[in-house]
Amino acid sequence: MDSKLSKGLERTYIFCIFAFLYVPIAIIIMYSFNAAKSNVVFSGFTLDWYTKLFSDDDVITALVNSLTIATFSTAISAVIGTLGAIGLKRHNFKGKSVISLLVYIPIVIPEIIMGVSLLILFSTLQIDFGILTLVLAHTTFCTPFVLINVKSRLAGFDLSIEEAAMDLGASKFTVFRTITLPMIFPAVVSGAMLAFALSLDDIIINIFLSGPESTTLPIKIFSMLKFGLSPEINALCTIMLVTTFVVLILSQGIKLRREK
Amino acid sequence: MLNKRLKAVSVLLAVSVIGFTLAGCSKSNTSKTNTEKVVNIYTWANYVPANVVKDFEKKTGIKVNYSNFSTNEAMLSKLQASKGGTYDVIICADYMVQIMAKQKNVLLQPIDKAAIPNYKNIDKAYLGQYYDTANKYSVPYSLGSEMIVYNPDKIKKDIKGISDLWDPSLKGSQVLLEDPRSVIGMALTKLGYSINETDPAKLAQAKAELAKLRANVKVFDADTPMTSLINGDTNIGVMWGSQASAALKGNKKFKIVYPKEGMQFEEDNLIMPVNAPHKENAQKFINFVLEGKASSDITTSIEYINVNTAAQKFMPKTVLSNKAIYIPKDEFSRAKHLQDVGSASKLYDSIWSEFKQK
Repeated sequence: MDSKLSKGLERTYIFCIFAFLYVPIAIIIMYSFNAAKSNVVFSGFTLDWYTKLFSDDDVITALVNSLTIATFSTAISAVIGTLGAIGLKRHNFKGKSVISLLVYIPIVIPEIIMGVSLLILFSTLQIDFGILTLVLAHTTFCTPFVLINVKSRLAGFDLSIEEAAMDLGASKFTVFRTITLPMIFPAVVSGAMLAFALSLDDIIINIFLSGPESTTLPIKIFSMLKFGLSPEINALCTIMLVTTFVVLILSQGIKLRREK
Repeated sequence: MLNKRLKAVSVLLAVSVIGFTLAGCSKSNTSKTNTEKVVNIYTWANYVPANVVKDFEKKTGIKVNYSNFSTNEAMLSKLQASKGGTYDVIICADYMVQIMAKQKNVLLQPIDKAAIPNYKNIDKAYLGQYYDTANKYSVPYSLGSEMIVYNPDKIKKDIKGISDLWDPSLKGSQVLLEDPRSVIGMALTKLGYSINETDPAKLAQAKAELAKLRANVKVFDADTPMTSLINGDTNIGVMWGSQASAALKGNKKFKIVYPKEGMQFEEDNLIMPVNAPHKENAQKFINFVLEGKASSDITTSIEYINVNTAAQKFMPKTVLSNKAIYIPKDEFSRAKHLQDVGSASKLYDSIWSEFKQK
């Protein structure tokens, strides 16, 4: 009797949490098929917004810019973050505790301060604003996330395995490639995915550091608010959501297959 | 030994790579001159419609880089950071032109009217406004005004102006813009004062007046006020022309009223930053949007008031008969323009927060 009640409560609780998270998303998807240009009244089914989206060069360019910047900064920050975490774990050096704390700064600092300070820096160095400045800025705040993720994974890592391999004659690089990396790989991937999402989503830093040819998607969407958001953006969100789900399902499927 | 050398070499490599990258980047700044067939536009998204941009690119072969900002203030900080460079043409609000023209290092360059022959198309009634009386830095692009929209099926009273909004029969039925200057301006208008009033005594009267209005207001929405009208949440509202036009598209029965006390107008202008990298292309762009056909296309798309005399013969009937877009000029003669109120802003802020709290 007791367990039935608690199971029912459990299920209700889970249902409410998921509803809270996913109902707004479901509404966005639903309104991408809306025949009227409204976000409130649903008046008919149409695929017009999808065709409009694909012919809207501005939105597509902004999306491509966002994805390019996200990909580059994720890749670079994954490398730097992983190496940094391994370095901090393996070696003891003067100032290690200071560096371990300094790593947190890009996460804690308000984005406006980062945006303004980088703006001043790049203006003084006379670097043109564009994809380069944006990648540099994004890498800066993405690296700590990867580093912290990998560091926590390494915390439970037993260095004696590495030492055993080295005793048997493996070079440091081989040890890294065959032993360390596979073990920390999940942390690197999850850190990279977090970095990718943060980079795609960023708006404050983008506002300050983008150039005339590098408008990103969040800037474009915010700027569209003056005239009211078009369901075109709903269509774009739906496509991005579907893509994300497909990637997640595929990666989970591969993971399950491997574990078998 | 090997370790130490490896360390030294890698550090040297890293430093030199960074050094060369940065040096290379700064050089590219000077090589970009007027010879590129590119023009950098900076304004709200879709404010220059995509078909107008494509027409310009086709006609002149100049590529348009269309960058967006969401507020005038963000645009100003970007312009200051780039010291009046990077962008060629900016479209921003009238009060911002006034702010920029008054600065110590002016970030705008004077518009060379001789290089823009279509300047003559602009209706003289909209030139020479308070923010730039000689139109030295600005060329009017479009005009927005605030008007009243209501549902005649639900509201039987004949609405003629702002003062009517205080009527007790309108309890809990209004949507107002979530904009302190707009709403406080309404109270000031009702009392016969200027919407840029700074006298604390008069502002206190406006505050008392607003308190009487609070019961009538159901929704505050600056971005999509027409939504609550269309779905029946509210029956009457004050909003900008393009939003009023959207409201009518949602329900053809709605009525538009130009307040008899006069409307608040805001003019958006084309300006050129002082260090615009492609000056000639900028002038060509401004000249293009002042053409009759382009101007008509712009108005049809963004649904703001048209200030171009040459555009009228191109405008479709639907636009000419749309009360939200095509506003007779004598309304403009009674226009109220929003200006900076300086130190009185604090008073406005406190009146606004107290008003919203009730």
